Amino acid sequence: MSHRIVSKKQIGPDVFWARVEAPLIAQARRPGQFIILSVDNDGSERIPLTIAGADPTTGTIELIWQRVGKTTARLAQLNEGEQIANVAGPLGTPTHIARFGTVVCVGGGIGNAPLLPIATALRQAGNRVISILGARDKSRMILEDRFAEVSDEMIVCTDDGSYKRKALVTEPLKEVCQRSPKPDHVFVIGPTLMMKFCCETTRPFGVPTEVSLNTIMVDGTGMCGGCRVEVGGQAKFVCVDGPEFDGHKVNFDLMIKRINAYKRQEQQAYEEYKQHQCKVGLGN
Amino acid sequence: MVGTAHPTETLAVTPEERRKLLQELLAKRNAGGLKTKDRLAIPPQEIPEQDADARRRNVSEVALGYTEEQARLEALRCLQCKNAPCIEGCPVRIRIRDFVGAIAEGDYRKALDLIKENSLLPAVCGRVCPQEVQCQEKCTVGLSLKDVSKAVSIGRLERFVADLGRNGSAAVPAVAAPTGMKVAIIGSGPGGIVAAADARRAGHEVTIFEAFHKPGGVMVYGIPEFRLPKAIVRQEIETLKQMGVKIITNFIVGRTRTIEQLMKEDGFDAVYIGVGAGLPSFMNVEGESLVGVYSANEYLTRANLMKAYQFGAGADTPIARSKRVAVVGGGNVAMDSARTAVRLGAEKVYLIYRRTEKEMPARVEEVHHAKQEGVEFHLLQNPKRILGDVNGNVVAIECLRYELGEPDASGRRRPVAIPGSEFQIEVDTVIIAIGNLANPLIRQTTPGLEFNKWGNIIVDENCRTSMTGVFAGGDIVLGAATVILAMGQGRIAAAAMNEYLAQKKLTRRNAV
Ligand SMILES: Cc1cc2nc3c(=O)[nH]c(=O)nc-3n(C[C@H](O)[C@H](O)[C@H](O)COP(=O)(O)OP(=O)(O)OC[C@H]3O[C@@H](n4cnc5c(N)ncnc54)[C@H](O)[C@@H]3O)c2cc1C
Ligand code: SF4
Ligand code: FES
Repeated sequence: MSHRIVSKKQIGPDVFWARVEAPLIAQARRPGQFIILSVDNDGSERIPLTIAGADPTTGTIELIWQRVGKTTARLAQLNEGEQIANVAGPLGTPTHIARFGTVVCVGGGIGNAPLLPIATALRQAGNRVISILGARDKSRMILEDRFAEVSDEMIVCTDDGSYKRKALVTEPLKEVCQRSPKPDHVFVIGPTLMMKFCCETTRPFGVPTEVSLNTIMVDGTGMCGGCRVEVGGQAKFVCVDGPEFDGHKVNFDLMIKRINAYKRQEQQAYEEYKQHQCKVGLGN
Repeated sequence: MVGTAHPTETLAVTPEERRKLLQELLAKRNAGGLKTKDRLAIPPQEIPEQDADARRRNVSEVALGYTEEQARLEALRCLQCKNAPCIEGCPVRIRIRDFVGAIAEGDYRKALDLIKENSLLPAVCGRVCPQEVQCQEKCTVGLSLKDVSKAVSIGRLERFVADLGRNGSAAVPAVAAPTGMKVAIIGSGPGGIVAAADARRAGHEVTIFEAFHKPGGVMVYGIPEFRLPKAIVRQEIETLKQMGVKIITNFIVGRTRTIEQLMKEDGFDAVYIGVGAGLPSFMNVEGESLVGVYSANEYLTRANLMKAYQFGAGADTPIARSKRVAVVGGGNVAMDSARTAVRLGAEKVYLIYRRTEKEMPARVEEVHHAKQEGVEFHLLQNPKRILGDVNGNVVAIECLRYELGEPDASGRRRPVAIPGSEFQIEVDTVIIAIGNLANPLIRQTTPGLEFNKWGNIIVDENCRTSMTGVFAGGDIVLGAATVILAMGQGRIAAAAMNEYLAQKKLTRRNAV
């Protein structure tokens, strides 16, 4: 099956967006689900990416990724019209969308991408959606316009204050929790540490908080257990039991250690790749 | 062996001497004088192997295969028993006596054709079947010599002719005229491959759906290269393609499309489910989520399918660079994990198993190879917890010692922990190879399909499930089993499927 890149653009300093042909996935996917891809068939790594959007009529899905290692860098090198060798999905359990009442969607950095379809579905289900979007700086704020379309209230902040409010997302999240009535449900997607602190923020208020975990994966079908995390003291497989979990029960500290297990090797591979790219004059 | 009464045993050591012995034996046989006694006196032929030290540092196949002289000498050891008890020991009833006889004759083509009547993947089975508890266990030669390891080496002979056939241009099996019926095969393991081939031969349009990006099932992601070269599996897949079987990878039935959609919307008339076991068991002990704890599935998939042993040299998937590894379990999966860890450069590899070597489910040859390669066996021991440092990295495994108590339901003596016997082994990696359960994805997405309490699909003796037109076989039915049993079920299921489709076509025709 072919997975042609229909269109592609850079939307942040290291952030890329692409629309990719994947008709069956476009048809089957539900908010919260992800795909696993590998750039070519032999040797390249399998990585999970959340589906940021899908259009069943054109048979395409939207992917957004940050260039952090060799695989994401190679993906960024691909041009419109080129193929991604393997795209498998949709994987994971879809988000449980219900009419909660008032829902806060907290997105951090690249996390806005997987959060968007969830916010959209929550709004369609009749919820009042408050979106809190955060990024390191102005250039890293993505998808703000599209969130505005589906949100009843928008709170946008940057760590350095280069755009809108200068704050970490936990600050406005706390304020919203202090309102009366307090929100009924919170969804958080972003860097693992941010999710951890958001959960600490909502815990005293007793507001149910769901997080979407992004662990290391191999198969994505429950076969290897490499994606396991501790939730409520029990091992859960993110690729089949998740990716969304009750954030108040997730052992984030252990998870952070597990996702960094190959940091050194990954960095080495990325450095070698970059050097090679420079030599052949493709680096940017 | 030097100094034994039988001159043949001291003779057959160099290729030259083997050739001479073979000629003598053939001459004797042609003169009608080769007696049972003479056959039993032929030395069992050892298979040439890569040196244990050398192979610790490569992933090439360990066993190198018989030479022609060896194969014929080994085949001449067969007594051509009237009742051929070996065949009873074979799950797919390969005509062992006849194919071994054909090898003794030097008619390798015929030997291969005989095997292929019952088994589609002889190059695989010759390498990975547990012959010592199947055909070879029953072999009269082994029984006469009171040593099953001296039985006729049926597996090695199977491998010998299969490899000759592979190197020659194996004919693509003939395909019957199109029937207009569509068959979906879910999973491309040995069961799926055989079911696909048999359904295609009957003229149906066959599509294999595989979740991974490469077909072959456990044969590509689990069993390592040094035991089963991937080129063999690739070739079998190639043959399927040449027969006109369509293979769609990256397709997860239950997620990409459900079985119901395949049958109701996509026009598939029958389905074979061969998705394997595919859900690793953990021990549920403290520390199992630490960094450096792997399921065998993850470790082997990274190493084999993703070629992590070439990390930085053409492969991008990392794997722990372990120095001291503990592998928990006593099956083939545990041996494969331990031997893979050796090849990835571990200095110490411990295999921890709670019973004794006698109870190990692994093939005897793999146990032997693991020991040769320096894997240290810790028997009658079982982990109690895994210890980590402040960074969450594994630093040690704590075990309890066990002793064998009363026999349990399976007849094996139950291991009982000795209280207070805890001790620690310093390790940086733990690989858990204690088995697989059924992956629940098909169950969760296929209403109407019946499962037993362990999550395995319930089938009748013809591999028919509770859903009309849906068949199943292999590990998803049997629990973690073997390649040959999966193949056997693939064949039974395809036969039942072909019958079902013939019937369906008939009623369809009568309806119009
Ligand atoms: C490490 C290891 C070593 C082994 N060693 C031996 C040995 O020496 N001898 C021996 O006889 N047996 C051995 N076995 C067991 C043997 O490999 C299995 O019994 C056999 O492969 C089972 O075959 P199967 O047809 O059930 O499919 P499997 O080989 O299990 O393959 C199933 C396939 O289905 C795919 N799949 C799963 N879910 C889906 C889905 N939803 N949609 C699409 N595709 C899906 C999987 O990706 C996989 O490719 C070993 C097993 C392991 C793990
Ligand atoms: S049992 Fe052994 S000796 Fe007898 S036919 Fe079979 S392989 Fe030959
Ligand atoms: S990625 Fe393998 S089990 Fe989740």
